[in-house]
Amino acid sequence: MRVRRSSLLVLLAAASAVLAEDRVEFNRDIRPIFSDTCYACHGPDEAKMKGKLRLDSLEAARRGGKSGDPAIVPGYPERSAVMKRLLTTDADDHMPPAEFHKVLSKEQIELVARWIKEGAVYQGHWAFQTPKKSAVPAIPAGGNAIDGFVAQTRAAKGLSGTPEAPRTTLLRRAALDLTGLPPTEADLAAFLADTSPDAWSKALDRLLASPHYGERMAAQWLDFARYADSNGFQSDTTRTMWPWRDWVIRAYNANKPFDAFTIEQLAGDLLPNPTEDQIVATGFNRNHRLNGEGGRIVAEWAVETVIDRVETTGSTWMALTMNCCRCHDHKYDPISQKEFYQFFAYFNSNDETGVLGEFGGAASTRKGGNTAPTYTFATPAAKARLAEVEKAIAEAELAAKAATKNVAAAQGAWERKLRQGFAGKTTTWAALTGAQAISKGGATLKQQADGSWLAGGTNPDKDVYTVTAPAPVGELTGLLLEVMPDASLPTQSLGRAPNGNFVLSGVDAILTLADGKKVELDFVDAQADFSQEGWPIKSLVEGGLATKAAKGAKKAQAARAKNGTGWAIGGNVAENRTPRKGLFVLTPTAVPAGATLTITLRCETLANHNVGRFRLSTTGLPASLVSLKDTPQATELRALILKDPAKRTADERKALAKAFSESPEHPKRSADAHLASLQNTKNMLPGLIDVMVMKELSQPKDAFVLDRGEYDKPSVKVERKLPAVLPPLPPGEPNNRLGFARWLVSGQHPLTARVWVNRAWENFFGTGLVKTSENFGSQAEWPSHPELLDWLAVDFAENGWDMKRLQKLILMSQAYRQSTVVTPEKLEKDPENRWISRGPRFRLPAETIRDQALAVSGLLVPKVGGVSVKPYMPEAVWDETSVYGDMRNYKADTGEGLYRRSLYTIWKRTAAPPSMLLFDSATREVCTVKRFRSNTPMQALSLLNEVTFVEASRKLAELTLRQTGTTDQRLAWAFQRVTSRPGTPAELAVLRKGLDRRLTAYAADLPAAKKLLANGQSAVPTDLDPAQLAAWTVTANVLLNLDETVTRE
Amino acid sequence: MNCNDRDFFGLDDATRLALSRRTFLKRSAGGIGLAALGSILAPTAFAGKPEAPGFPNFTPKAKKIIYLFQSGAPSQMDLFDPKPGMDKFRAQDLPASIRQGQRLTTMTSGQKSFPVAPSIFKFKQHGQSGLWFSEVMPHMAGKADEWCMVRSMFTEAINHDPAITFMQTGSQLAGRPSIGSWASYGLGSENDNLPNYVVMSSFGSGRPDDQPLYDRLWGAGFLPSKHQGVKLRNKGERVLYLKDPEGMSRDIRRESLDEISALNQQRHGVLGDPEIQTRIAQYELAFRMQTSVPDLLDFSKEPQHVLDLYGPDVKRPGSYASNCLLARRLCERDVRFVQLFHMGWDHHGGLPKALRGQCNDTDQATAGLLTDLKQRGLLDDTLIVWGGEFGRTIYSQGALTETNYGRDHHPRCFTVLMAGAGVKKGHVVGETDDFCYNIVKDPIHVHDLNATIMHLMGVEHTRLTYRYQGRDFRLTDIHGEVVKKVIA
Repeated sequence: MRVRRSSLLVLLAAASAVLAEDRVEFNRDIRPIFSDTCYACHGPDEAKMKGKLRLDSLEAARRGGKSGDPAIVPGYPERSAVMKRLLTTDADDHMPPAEFHKVLSKEQIELVARWIKEGAVYQGHWAFQTPKKSAVPAIPAGGNAIDGFVAQTRAAKGLSGTPEAPRTTLLRRAALDLTGLPPTEADLAAFLADTSPDAWSKALDRLLASPHYGERMAAQWLDFARYADSNGFQSDTTRTMWPWRDWVIRAYNANKPFDAFTIEQLAGDLLPNPTEDQIVATGFNRNHRLNGEGGRIVAEWAVETVIDRVETTGSTWMALTMNCCRCHDHKYDPISQKEFYQFFAYFNSNDETGVLGEFGGAASTRKGGNTAPTYTFATPAAKARLAEVEKAIAEAELAAKAATKNVAAAQGAWERKLRQGFAGKTTTWAALTGAQAISKGGATLKQQADGSWLAGGTNPDKDVYTVTAPAPVGELTGLLLEVMPDASLPTQSLGRAPNGNFVLSGVDAILTLADGKKVELDFVDAQADFSQEGWPIKSLVEGGLATKAAKGAKKAQAARAKNGTGWAIGGNVAENRTPRKGLFVLTPTAVPAGATLTITLRCETLANHNVGRFRLSTTGLPASLVSLKDTPQATELRALILKDPAKRTADERKALAKAFSESPEHPKRSADAHLASLQNTKNMLPGLIDVMVMKELSQPKDAFVLDRGEYDKPSVKVERKLPAVLPPLPPGEPNNRLGFARWLVSGQHPLTARVWVNRAWENFFGTGLVKTSENFGSQAEWPSHPELLDWLAVDFAENGWDMKRLQKLILMSQAYRQSTVVTPEKLEKDPENRWISRGPRFRLPAETIRDQALAVSGLLVPKVGGVSVKPYMPEAVWDETSVYGDMRNYKADTGEGLYRRSLYTIWKRTAAPPSMLLFDSATREVCTVKRFRSNTPMQALSLLNEVTFVEASRKLAELTLRQTGTTDQRLAWAFQRVTSRPGTPAELAVLRKGLDRRLTAYAADLPAAKKLLANGQSAVPTDLDPAQLAAWTVTANVLLNLDETVTRE
Repeated sequence: MNCNDRDFFGLDDATRLALSRRTFLKRSAGGIGLAALGSILAPTAFAGKPEAPGFPNFTPKAKKIIYLFQSGAPSQMDLFDPKPGMDKFRAQDLPASIRQGQRLTTMTSGQKSFPVAPSIFKFKQHGQSGLWFSEVMPHMAGKADEWCMVRSMFTEAINHDPAITFMQTGSQLAGRPSIGSWASYGLGSENDNLPNYVVMSSFGSGRPDDQPLYDRLWGAGFLPSKHQGVKLRNKGERVLYLKDPEGMSRDIRRESLDEISALNQQRHGVLGDPEIQTRIAQYELAFRMQTSVPDLLDFSKEPQHVLDLYGPDVKRPGSYASNCLLARRLCERDVRFVQLFHMGWDHHGGLPKALRGQCNDTDQATAGLLTDLKQRGLLDDTLIVWGGEFGRTIYSQGALTETNYGRDHHPRCFTVLMAGAGVKKGHVVGETDDFCYNIVKDPIHVHDLNATIMHLMGVEHTRLTYRYQGRDFRLTDIHGEVVKKVIA
């Protein structure tokens, strides 16, 4: 090996020359170098290890690799193989190898040399060590603990902060940060007028108490949770998850502590006696995509679903890139592939398939819908009704259990009733006698010798026949409608249409008791010995199968009559001109003496398609025996019932018991039927919403290490276990999702609190204390203020994981309250403001930009929560590239849906709202914990031309014109309305000049003015001069497009 | 990765200077016309610098790419990879020795038999090179000596969504940047007033209801969002929000932009944040796009003989042919990455009729595009890629009859065509077995194809990385070999 001796010597000389400075610290200085350039081959991944050398512990490094030379000799860089390899000019020996494309700078090599010289002290990765609360450095006057840390670091960098920002700027900054909306005029006036020392604190309290606080916070959480209103993948159909979104908003507004916030979302279902809210919360881990593509292999996508959950949970709570270990041991972090699948095992026992329903048929593939497990969620209005039905269900369940006890008595009663019914009757069907029939349409109905009615005379467009007859006493279980041909009918067929057909669109039956009380009879089923194709008799009772759903059935009948369906018998064809029977099974009803039966036959579907000749009969046979013809069973039963009980054989007794067990009057059957009907009622209850949730299988599913991460290559079976580098499960906790969730927020976990306070910091300062807020592993950037990060993390956990308290603490700091003015010197020394040498200034998130425009223009509908809405979208937003699924043909709402806050906008993953994507929103296909902040011409076009912003401009112009005062005063008002601060004379002069020119231009071109005002659905006032309003609209558009407007300063 | 992406096309200091100068002139002279604006902002001033340093790594063969993505997976044995030997296996079960127990989609895995369906189409050799083309591709066949036909592509995915996502992003799962965004990130823009990555789509007539596309296919994934593809839409506004609102004249727009700029300048004077200067520049670019895009879309000056190259469909906006002509026009304007998606190639049943429909949509226009580019000398620095996300099975999905059959997804082999800058002409790479089921020579993985495309554009794919979640990601993941055999 050729090592340039001289270079090493020079280096060491340099190293000793700078020894006076700080000692080299492994975590801060060396780990980033080793992790980035060495660990891929000499790190935790045993499978990929080269030369049997590991450099991630001193022990291993001293031992050296295959060559036997110690890689590191503490105190002696010149004897350390590492240094030789870094410095050699021999391409074969040089590290890292050229093909790795990683080159260490001279400074980095120097650092490594110094570190070895200083003893090569390794440290565990900082983020995996328990955070400690160090003493707060001296706090500058007017600051808080945060400022102690910030000031110390800033001073060390030779920087100073800036004075406090103007109060108008401050309030706007905090309002946008905390509520996503600009301060109202009243808020601003109150804050400016409040000269008390705690004015700022009170202002923050007001903002934190706003119902819009939860909306602002939730908007970000939706990115983490990959929330969407669609299932994703190819067909990308609808799903209903907004109740979960509402849960998040409520949780933030109620300041739910972060530990409970965590536990409920990850494992609310496993809590003892979970509340409805705690179950809905678990929707967090059901928000992932679900593949329903035709031909997808279920096992493959079930694995992907679990892995998505692992990655999302890992990223969101621990900022760990778990996904790296899917195929191999982690390259940088001490997490093995096996540990990944042990982690996986916590999330793979949800009672689910992991995919959407089967291709083609199932509703979920093409039509959308939620996938089990789901939880039925009631709107407040439906809750009372639900409680009622659930109580009835509970009772019915008890009744069903009890029902088996008194079968014998029930059978006796049943036999007696049947005997009564059969007595003196030779057939099971009895034609109605003593009946009267009336045609509503004015036809004549003449009774024939066989008891049938024949229609004649006028044949109205639509006719309704009403037949009234004394009701046969006893049990009523069925109704028979016989239709028959007649020589007097067109084509000698059965119907009155010119072609001989009829369409029966509905049948009703009402029992009028002796006291005048009316009982509507329920239709359970319908059968015919023949139905014309496309005109089945079943269509008359569909939707009405539940006994209590008669009203629904009636509605359905009416709808069918309108839509043109019903029962037809193809009477236009010669071979169909033969008698037909239609049978309607009724819920068994006891008919007392003196009752009247009224049967209504409706022919309202097709013109003149009225029934020609018909006869009606009834039966009291059990429903199971009611048939179009007298069945052998019916005859047999009749014989058995009428036989003297004493003379029945054992077989006959058995047959009778069997017949009873099949009868709806069997206590068990009737109880079951009642229960089923109640369940049906519950399912159909309006205002009930399904939401997807987690539900643990009673037996955990086996988990395996998957070779190369492939679903069809399971190797070693693994149990649930937490990565060894992290603390163990707290004692007494179950080894399941619940234990896992509690472990995250136990206070012992080194990552959770750090990750969360870092995100809070990032929200308010644009960059986290750890810049790589998405990764706290070995490849993370060293924190800008490590002591502050740890202090905040410990403080957060110690104080009950109080999210609002943490946020207020940050916003109360001087660091936050600084002005954003930046000098060229600071731009050079602190280009990214990592040392907080000024106030943080950055572009607003996509949602806030739109919400702000709606707010300042007065268009915003500030309603909190509820189903997703459809604001304006570009034409064909969903159809441009897809003709699949049920999310097609986007139609914008009218009215309030256009003006709700952006987090309520319906989200289709494969075609997300374009204006949101243009402003760097996540696509919500996978968990995203950090957004970009770009600055593009497409954004300019959107703010200038999108109808939302044009309409907002118009409404802002209208508000401005309604202010009293001079033109200049109005301009000043509008400027402050948008930016919260008074405009300078120079700014207002620019606006005034433009406005005056446009006033002239639009006065000369009224049609153009009116066209401009026609943008957007809101009404255009008639009392304002169109030219004026148009000119001011452009001015308002200018204001909405200012850099300052889309930025929180 | 604190995401203050300063610009969209990339702004250099000269531009920033020019912009502030313009503002100064504007203020002092009380307004200047658009013509003057053009001279101050010379187009070259906007040549975007790539975001990633050090690219291209070597002299690129191709400066631009037109990627003609055939979504749904065209049938290779009916178009490019003739298997005359299949006639004698007609309707016989696919031998187990060929299938080798490979997984099938659940659309056909339940079939009782896998009857071999020989292609119904006739094949002929064309050109000097003697490349084989099916009768349904007469125009593309006429360009036989331009194409490099890769018959040995394979992929890992078996369903459309993951497979097309894999082709585009190097991963089957959502979240990674697309190939066009990599090119934009690595190579920057040579265009002064159009987006760097432009995407178009068309519905095919072979299966008009077929195969959706997804935003992610041209998304930026974890790359800065300015690199995401800009879609030229088929309905409504071709570029989102490009048109001024009704009732706003260009003069008023110009004046209002000047106001915005002046106010932003004033704010910059107070705060000193350079981001404000960037925003001023982006508003100017937006204004320029408002003229450059309509100009791009205006075919009125295209001579009839050029229109004729693309076929009659060229007059129908949103058709594949029309998109091909637009691709040429974008190419002329130095747009780096143009991608067309033509849907409707997923022929599980009724393949003969559906395939004819698809070829009818695309054959002439694809060949026309080649001719047009070549005549203009653009083919010398433009790479053309034609292909889908996987292949189709030799066995029939559903019933096989004399005149009809269908084919299921087949990831184990498929054909991709390349032409133009840097690739061999009239050349075949790779070979499949007699059943067009397995690759017997030169297997080329999706990552290899992407590595090769990047290579042709002057990018060593192992070096083009982006640091995300602490890891240096690349389009080709940790795999991919440049396919030397396709390179001229």
